[in-house]
Amino acid sequence: MILDSKIPEGPLSEKWTNYKTNQKLVNPANKRKLDIIVVGTGLAGASAAASLGALGFNVDIFCIQDSPRRAHSIAAQGGINAAKNYQNDGDSVERLFRDTIKGGDYRAREANVYRLAEVSGDIIDQCVAQGVPFARDYGGLLDNRSFGGAQVSRTFYARGQTGQQLLLGAYGALSREINRGTVKLHTRSEMEELVLVKNNDGVECARGIIVRNLVSGKLERYSAHAVVIATGGYGNVYYLSTNAMNSNGSAAWICHRKGAFFANPCYVQIHPTCIPVHGDYQSKLTLMSESLRNDGRIWVPKKIEDSEAIRAGQKKANDIAEEDRDYYLERRYPAFGNLVPRDVASRAAKERCDAGYGVGPTGLAVFLDFSDAIKRLGINVVKQKYGNLFQMYQKITDENPYETPMMIYPAVHYTMGGLWVDYELQTTIPGLFAAGEANFSDHGANRLGASALMQGLADGYFVLPYTLQNYLSNQITIGHITTDTPEFDEAERSVLEREERLMNIKGDKTVDFFHKELGHIMWEKVGMSRNEASLTEAATMIDELEKEFWQSVNVPGTIESFNPEMEKALRLADYFELARLITADALHRKESCGGHFRTESQTEEGETKRDDENFMYVAAWEYQGHSKPETLHKEELNYEHIKIATRNYKN
Amino acid sequence: MNFKLHIWRQENAKTKGRFETYKVRDISPDCSFLEMLDILNEQIISENSKSGNQNSKFPIAHPVCFDNDCREGICGMCGLYINGRPHGNDDGVTTCQLHMRKFKDGDEIWIEPWRAKPFPVICDLVVDRSAFDKIIQSGGYVSVTTGGVPDANSIPIPKRHADMAMDAAECIGCGACVAACKNASAMLFVGAKVSHLALLPQGQVEASERVKKMVCKMDELGFGSCTNTYACEAECPKQIKRQNIARLNREWICQIFGGNHKPQD
Repeated sequence: MILDSKIPEGPLSEKWTNYKTNQKLVNPANKRKLDIIVVGTGLAGASAAASLGALGFNVDIFCIQDSPRRAHSIAAQGGINAAKNYQNDGDSVERLFRDTIKGGDYRAREANVYRLAEVSGDIIDQCVAQGVPFARDYGGLLDNRSFGGAQVSRTFYARGQTGQQLLLGAYGALSREINRGTVKLHTRSEMEELVLVKNNDGVECARGIIVRNLVSGKLERYSAHAVVIATGGYGNVYYLSTNAMNSNGSAAWICHRKGAFFANPCYVQIHPTCIPVHGDYQSKLTLMSESLRNDGRIWVPKKIEDSEAIRAGQKKANDIAEEDRDYYLERRYPAFGNLVPRDVASRAAKERCDAGYGVGPTGLAVFLDFSDAIKRLGINVVKQKYGNLFQMYQKITDENPYETPMMIYPAVHYTMGGLWVDYELQTTIPGLFAAGEANFSDHGANRLGASALMQGLADGYFVLPYTLQNYLSNQITIGHITTDTPEFDEAERSVLEREERLMNIKGDKTVDFFHKELGHIMWEKVGMSRNEASLTEAATMIDELEKEFWQSVNVPGTIESFNPEMEKALRLADYFELARLITADALHRKESCGGHFRTESQTEEGETKRDDENFMYVAAWEYQGHSKPETLHKEELNYEHIKIATRNYKN
Repeated sequence: MNFKLHIWRQENAKTKGRFETYKVRDISPDCSFLEMLDILNEQIISENSKSGNQNSKFPIAHPVCFDNDCREGICGMCGLYINGRPHGNDDGVTTCQLHMRKFKDGDEIWIEPWRAKPFPVICDLVVDRSAFDKIIQSGGYVSVTTGGVPDANSIPIPKRHADMAMDAAECIGCGACVAACKNASAMLFVGAKVSHLALLPQGQVEASERVKKMVCKMDELGFGSCTNTYACEAECPKQIKRQNIARLNREWICQIFGGNHKPQD
C-alpha cells in the first residue's frame, strides 16, 4: 500500500487556502442527515464536536469520565502558542512553522505544520470570544510568555491552568450544542470496538463503535457516517507518567487492530520538569510546568562530593556556594539556556544524574532554582506568575520552593506517535479520523511546549469541520445506518469474548501488578535512551509478561457491573501490544532524533545524530494479528520549503 | 503508619449502603490518600484471589470503588468525604492531593461519598454529578460558534476584571461545595460560572438570560437554598470565594429589575 498524504497542490503558504477553496461541501439540509461519532472530550474532541454540531451535523460524543470537563487536557499548565506577534518580537506564521519543524527534529510533515501555524491565531480569537480569561497586562491586552525551543514570546496563558481554561471554553461550546440538541453526550462510556461496514464499492468504512457503559458494564452500539478518535496519547504504557490514571491508548489501538496504520510509536516525550519518583506505591508523576524554566535555573553541584553529601542529607542546596553550582543547560546551550526543547533538557538531566551528580534521596533529581528570580523580581511577582505551581509542589513534597530549590526529574509526558493520518486527518480506514494527541501528524520526533493545546484545538475547531465535510459530501444518500447488522453483532461478540476471557482467568495477581512491571521494563529499556541490546531484551520481557498476564491476572467482580478493575484489565491487554510496537519501532529506527535517542547514534558531545539519508520518513505500521511482527510502510518526508539542518541550540 | 478505615460500601443506587472496617499497615507518610486506597484495594484483590474469592476477612470481595483521574488536583473527578470534611483535613486541596502525613499514626478514618440528593450514589464512594453538567448546559457559556470572531486584542479588558474572572473560573466542578452545604446548595458552583462570564465583556451580552436559566435549572434539579453559612467556601479545594455568590445574587436582581451588568469593583 502506498501511503497517500493528500497534500494539496501549490506553494506551502497557499495549500490550506487551496484545499478549502476546492473541497466539497454539504448543504445545511443534508448536514442534518449525517451522523458523526466523536470519541473523547478533551480539547480536540470537545472542540470538534461543538464545531460540527454548530454546523448542523448530528454528533454523538463519548467520554470515560463522569463529565466531559474531566478530560486530561484540563491538566495542561503552561500555555498555548500562537503566531500573533503581539509582542513585536519578530514572530510570524513562518517562524512558528520553522520552530515547530526544527523542534520536531525534521520528522514532521511540512504541510500539516504550516497549517497549524496558520490557524494558531484564530484559536486565540475563538477562545477569547468564549470568555477564556487569559492573562492580561495593565493596558488590558493579552500577555505572553516564552517556552522551550523559541526565541520569541508567543505563549498565551491563564495562570498555571491554561489547559483547564481552554478545555472549559470548549466544554462550554460543547454544552451549548448539547442544549441545542445537535450533540448527544454519553459519559462513563468507553469505546471497545470499531465497526467496519463495506460501502457500495466494497471498501470497508468506519460505521460505528461498540461502547462499554461503565456504570452497568453492558455493551452498547452506535452507528455513524464517520468516526473521530480524539482519545489522547498512550503515555500510560510506562505506568508512571504525567497522564491521568484513566488516560489510555485503547481506542487508538482498537482502530489499529482494525486496519488503521500506527505511525512513529517510538516518539515518546519525556518531560524534563516533573516531581521525582519517591516510592513504589506511587501512582503517577506530577508535572511542573515548562513555564517555570522562564525564571528558574537548573543546576547540580559541580563537585561530586557535594552531590553525595546532599543525597546523604548532610548538606542542603542552599549550602552549595554559587561558584560550586553547575548550571549545565546554560553551560552547554548558551543561546537557549534553560529554555532548550524538552528532549534536550531531559537527556541533559539524565546525563548529569548518571554521572553521579544527581541530588535527592535517590540521586535521580536536579535542582530548579528560583532564588535569582526572587531576587530580581521580588517574591510577589514570582508568586503571581507561578503561585499555584509552587503550592502544588509544596503539597506533594512538603518542601517550600520559595526557600529551597525545587527538585525535578524527567518523566513520560506526551506521545508524538499515534494513528497515521493524511492531510485531512483521515486514517487509512475511510471514514475514520484522528485528532489531537491521538494522531501523529504535527510534532515530528519531539513536541515543543505549548503546542499540544494549539494542535488539539486547531484540529477540532479549524481542520475537521472542513475535512470531514469533504468526506461526508458523498454520504448524503446513505441515510441513517442501522446497528442491527451482522457487522455490529460480530463486533459486540468479540468484545464480550475478550471480557469473558479476562474474567475467567481468576489468577492470583492484580492488574496493577502487571502494569507496574510493564512500566518498569519500558522505562528502563525503552525510555530516555535506547540501544539495540536494551530493545531486544525489552521485546522478550514484554512477551513473557504478557503471557503471564493472560494466565494469572485476577479481575474481581462481574462483567455487567461497575467494575474499574475490568476497565484497567482491558486497557492493559492493549498496552502489551502497544509496548511491543513501540519497541519494534525504536529498534528499527537506528538513528537518534528528537525524543528517540539511540545511544549508537550520537555526536561526540552526546547530542542526537540523525540519519537523514536512511530515516527521513514516517514509519507507519500495519497490524498483522496478535504478537505477529507488523508490516512497515514508509511515508517519505519531502521538505520543499524548509532548509534541513542539524538542530542547534548552542548558538 | 497504620490506619483503621471505615468505608461506605454500597453496591448500587438501589441497594442500602453500610460502613465496613478495614486495616492498612506500613503506609508511607508521603503516600497520597488515593494511593493509600490503591494499596487497600490491592490487598482486597490479593486476599480474595488466595481464598478463591470467598474470604471472611473482607466481607465484600469487590475492591472499593472511588472516582479519580488526574491525581494532580485539577480534573475534579475525585471527591471523598473524609472524617466529616469534603476532601479531608487539609485546606485548598482535592482528595488526590491530600497526603497521609496530614494524619496521625493509628488514626481511625471515616470515608463517605458526597451526600446530596442531586448526586445519587452509583457504587460505594462514586456519585453521579451529571446535574452539574446540566446546569452548565442550561446557559453557562458564551453563545459563539466557531469562526467569525473578532481579533483577541480588539476588546481590552481591565487586568483587575480579568483576574477576578480567572479567580472564579478556577472552579473544578468537584461538588465539594454541595457536599459541604447542609442544604446541598449549588450556589458557589453556579456563582463561580455566572461571575466568571459576567466579569468579562464577552459574557455580558447574555448575562441576564444566563443567570436566570442557570438558577432555575439548579432549583429544578433539587439543589437546596443558600443560607449563607459559607461552608462551601471553607471546603472549596480551589478556594473560590463567597463574593461569587454575592455577584450571582446581584446578577439575579439585575435581571429582574433591570440594571447594568458591568462588573463592580
